[in-house]
Amino acid sequence: MDVLWDSTEPLTVRQVGLRLTNRDLAHTTVMTVLDRLAKKGFARRKRDGRAWRYQAAANREAYVTELMLHALDQTGDRSAALASFARRVSDSEAEVLRRALESIGELHRD
Amino acid sequence: MFPLVLVLAAVAGGTALGAAALASARWPYRSPGAAILLWQALGLSWGLAAVGALAALGAVPGEHGVAGGALSGAARAIRSAALGFETPALIAAARLAVLAASVALFALLVWVLLAASAAVLVARRRHRILLSLLAHGDPKVPGALVVDHPAAAAYCVPGLRSKIVISAGTLDLLDSAELAAVLAHERAHLRARHDLVLLPFSALGRAFPRARLACQAHATVALLVEMLADDRALRHRPARELATALLRVGTSGASLAPSGTLAAASAADAEVAARVARLLTPQARLPLHAQALVCCTAALLVAIPVALLLFSF
Repeated sequence: MDVLWDSTEPLTVRQVGLRLTNRDLAHTTVMTVLDRLAKKGFARRKRDGRAWRYQAAANREAYVTELMLHALDQTGDRSAALASFARRVSDSEAEVLRRALESIGELHRD
Repeated sequence: MFPLVLVLAAVAGGTALGAAALASARWPYRSPGAAILLWQALGLSWGLAAVGALAALGAVPGEHGVAGGALSGAARAIRSAALGFETPALIAAARLAVLAASVALFALLVWVLLAASAAVLVARRRHRILLSLLAHGDPKVPGALVVDHPAAAAYCVPGLRSKIVISAGTLDLLDSAELAAVLAHERAHLRARHDLVLLPFSALGRAFPRARLACQAHATVALLVEMLADDRALRHRPARELATALLRVGTSGASLAPSGTLAAASAADAEVAARVARLLTPQARLPLHAQALVCCTAALLVAIPVALLLFSF
């Protein structure tokens, strides 16, 4: 997926395989992975002569944002899918808490 | 059978009142585990009593408790409707209607739970796939995944293949001791499967967003579960690390979502403040006899409607 994200143009299976220099992967393995990514909607593909050309469906940032929105429970749907460590507090409360944080810090720096 | 209806209705009403009282009580902060048990018992008891009260209204008295009586009540009502004797038609129709309402309520509660479980599984699956594409390991947080994003987030994806996820923003924000405390907290969630505890309450809260009590119950149990994980983390890490980690994550940076999360923020205020206060000035756990009392109450709460439904008195 990183290869697709780093490329500006759609790539064939062979091109993706060549760019995966750190691993020695069989052509069919790369093909299977790309095919699966396409089926899950992460990659788009179109015919180019006899080969398929693959392209990322959305850029990396879009997926990171989706991940984080879900993680921070800001999609408006408070399901129990994930358990967040701490939710973000409002600005006024943040001020109070920051002062508390400073006082703890001073307490233990003595 | 009329008194039985009243008793069951009283149990349903009583559990609702008890839940409202428990939501504003402060002792649960001292023993979150016992309080969660009581919440579960209240929820189960309420469901059984509410379904049972409707069933009892349509049941034939004196036959193997409400469950048996409801069956013969339905059979008798259908028979008399078909043959036109024994019971006046109006009563037969009323009996059937009440029994149908009872079945519908039961089906609704089961459906709500199943639908919520399915939604959670789908959301987690998508999240796991995205993580496998985007996240990477980091030596600073062994065993956890890191997502490159400046906002502070730390959470776990429960399940058979559970994951702990830390954002790059959190890595910058916290020192190594605080990170270890966060990891201990998240591991406690995963090990005790706190998500399963929370699921029925979040399902009710989502299904009835207008019902204040359902949402209150969800928020309260969610907070208690966090406190339980805090307590577990304290076995391995000092309280101060966890408290400062909480404060730093809670007060960090701007929110991702543009607007519409104000209500959530004000609720989060109280939650983070309560957890920090609890860590910095720890209160003694409830004495053993008080905890035993809570557990007995929970057992009784479930036993009473079950006994009323199964046995005739």
